[in-house]
Amino acid sequence: MTLSAENRTRYLAAFEQVRGNGKRKPLWLRRLRDEALDRFLETGFPSLKHEDWKYTSMALLEKGEFERTAQEAEEPSAAEIDGLLPAGSARHVLVFLNGIYRPKLSRRLPLPAGAHLGSLAEALAGEIDGLVPYFSRSAGSAFTDLNTMLMEDGGFLHLGKHARIEEPVHFLFLASGGGRPVMSHPRNLIIAGEDSRVTVVEHFACIGASGYFVNASTDMVAGRNSVVAHYTVQEDGPGAIHVATLRARQEAGSRLAVHSASLGALLSRNDVHAVLDGEGAECLLNGLYLGNGAQHVDHFTTIDHAKPSGVSREYFHGILDDKARGVFRGRVVVRKDAQKTDARQTNRNLLLSGESEADSRPQLEIHADDVKCTHGATVGPLDEEKIFYMRSRGIDEASAKGLLTYAFGDDILKRFELPDLRRILERKLLAWLPEAHRVREFLRETGN
Amino acid sequence: MNENPMLSIENLHVAIDGKPILRGIHLSVRAGEVHAIMGPNGSGKSTLANVIAGREQFVVKEGSVRYEGNDLLEMPPEDRAREGIFLAFQHPVEIPGVTNQNFLKAALNAVRKHRGQQELDAVEFREMVHERIRLVEMDEELLSRAVNDGFSGGEKKRNEILQLAVLEPKLAILDETDSGLDIDALKVVAGGVNRLRSPKRAIVVVTHYQRLLNYIVPDFVHVLSEGQIVRSGGPELAQELEERGYGWLHAEETTYGEGARP
Repeated sequence: MTLSAENRTRYLAAFEQVRGNGKRKPLWLRRLRDEALDRFLETGFPSLKHEDWKYTSMALLEKGEFERTAQEAEEPSAAEIDGLLPAGSARHVLVFLNGIYRPKLSRRLPLPAGAHLGSLAEALAGEIDGLVPYFSRSAGSAFTDLNTMLMEDGGFLHLGKHARIEEPVHFLFLASGGGRPVMSHPRNLIIAGEDSRVTVVEHFACIGASGYFVNASTDMVAGRNSVVAHYTVQEDGPGAIHVATLRARQEAGSRLAVHSASLGALLSRNDVHAVLDGEGAECLLNGLYLGNGAQHVDHFTTIDHAKPSGVSREYFHGILDDKARGVFRGRVVVRKDAQKTDARQTNRNLLLSGESEADSRPQLEIHADDVKCTHGATVGPLDEEKIFYMRSRGIDEASAKGLLTYAFGDDILKRFELPDLRRILERKLLAWLPEAHRVREFLRETGN
Repeated sequence: MNENPMLSIENLHVAIDGKPILRGIHLSVRAGEVHAIMGPNGSGKSTLANVIAGREQFVVKEGSVRYEGNDLLEMPPEDRAREGIFLAFQHPVEIPGVTNQNFLKAALNAVRKHRGQQELDAVEFREMVHERIRLVEMDEELLSRAVNDGFSGGEKKRNEILQLAVLEPKLAILDETDSGLDIDALKVVAGGVNRLRSPKRAIVVVTHYQRLLNYIVPDFVHVLSEGQIVRSGGPELAQELEERGYGWLHAEETTYGEGARP
């Protein structure tokens, strides 16, 4: 039990506000919240003793006096929002300020037939009982419970059979507290029907906020033969605590790509749980995490092969500098029925300083006998041989190191299939590097 | 022939992890000359090549290396490269994520900048590489791949000689460039090197076998054993080694003398 009496009171009060804030809510939702509350009050925040949390302390949350913000937050300007979005190509943009949908800040495009895109609050107000089965019951996850009991809004996307949205759907979650320790619990629901196609970006950033807490939770279903791409861009403020959970269920023949770039926040934890629940489903998890200063960045992924002939690929690269710490745990489960599964996992960590640290824990649980499963993990500094090779060709040491570091990170970003988003992230990676100007010069020289 | 040697090594002692590898090397190389350094495994040939290129794991205990009159040991590897020293690696390094042509262009422009020459633009660079790549009969497709990433042994060695041809060094050191090459590839690589021979350029060929020296005929051959040059001579010395092997080196108390150098 790690929930102080003070926090118990604080989160209970927030719960009362959310549950009783006027709008008529369906009964099933009240039940869902009540159940989540009961579980959360019993378990509290996970401690280091919990197996899934042994490398990541959430003690900062215990100390924080986070509050749900009922007051009007500082409104970002249109220019501030433009500055955060990839320029150029068309996209559906839904802006959430401290977790609440802001239509006026959003940019909406026409949708094809069979597609519904909006805020979760609207969807819930419409009493769509059909949504009930899609919400995670989340046994065992304190943060999903916390999200369920406090969720008010988020992105809601529903694609019927054959529906295809060409432009990316961009959910922009902005924290704005003007110095107050705000918290938000965005809840997203993405239901992609049979043979549908969509690309969704979850983007976390802040406007004039620092010590805040965001706890996002996304439930997703990728229907039969659907093609779904999901991106997370996490550039929360330097003092922020970021927790995000994605739970996806894939039906037969579906192709799901989950890309992520974790750049910001003081403490972040990202859980991805994908179940390949139909024959021949394909799943790609592709993530880059950067940490410097005192940042702590944790990814916990589970790929659950429940049916035969599934393919999963997982690539995570971490670059850690100063006193930053990276944690990667990658579970791959192959169930008894999931014959002919082909699963590969790679996690590589680059340590740029003597005090940075990385923990990499692959975890394979294989219950079928006719499967191909591989995993590899590395933790270490840049390869001296590569540095010497470059220097021996006239490239100075700092540029050589910068280039190798950039290439290491770009290995992941190159798989991002949205070109404008990839370019933005490549620029951010570049700007993050020590000696960024030298690498920039090199890339400009060579016309990259 | 130039009066002053381009490279002048005197009494060079080098250790790795406290273990002495080179134990008093004397060697001078003039522009236009091709020197072969031969010797059995573990004799210190590769160490000598790498010390000249500036590998930092090697600790120089004693002696001096001068290049064009300057103290080479004081210079970081990148400055050596910019001043015209090139080492063709025995085991070329793979650099995923950096394309071969970008790497080559960055290296070339770093060298040109240092020499006060205009940097090449994309078109000029492409033309130059297109011309030089024919020297080593290398597939142009390899230019757009990451440096040496997934290259075969032969492709890696050709790529080294392509870099040599593009960077146009004054002193080229080939470290076991023949290892892992079949005879056809060896002829191509040697042919490329021969076309790069010039009165202004010195070439040092480090090899275990005499085979390569049938194609790149040296002016001088030095035999290295246990960290010392035990014999120096003309190309016929390589032939003698081919016939007699390296075994006799230990039996015969041959001493190195200044007189062996022309």
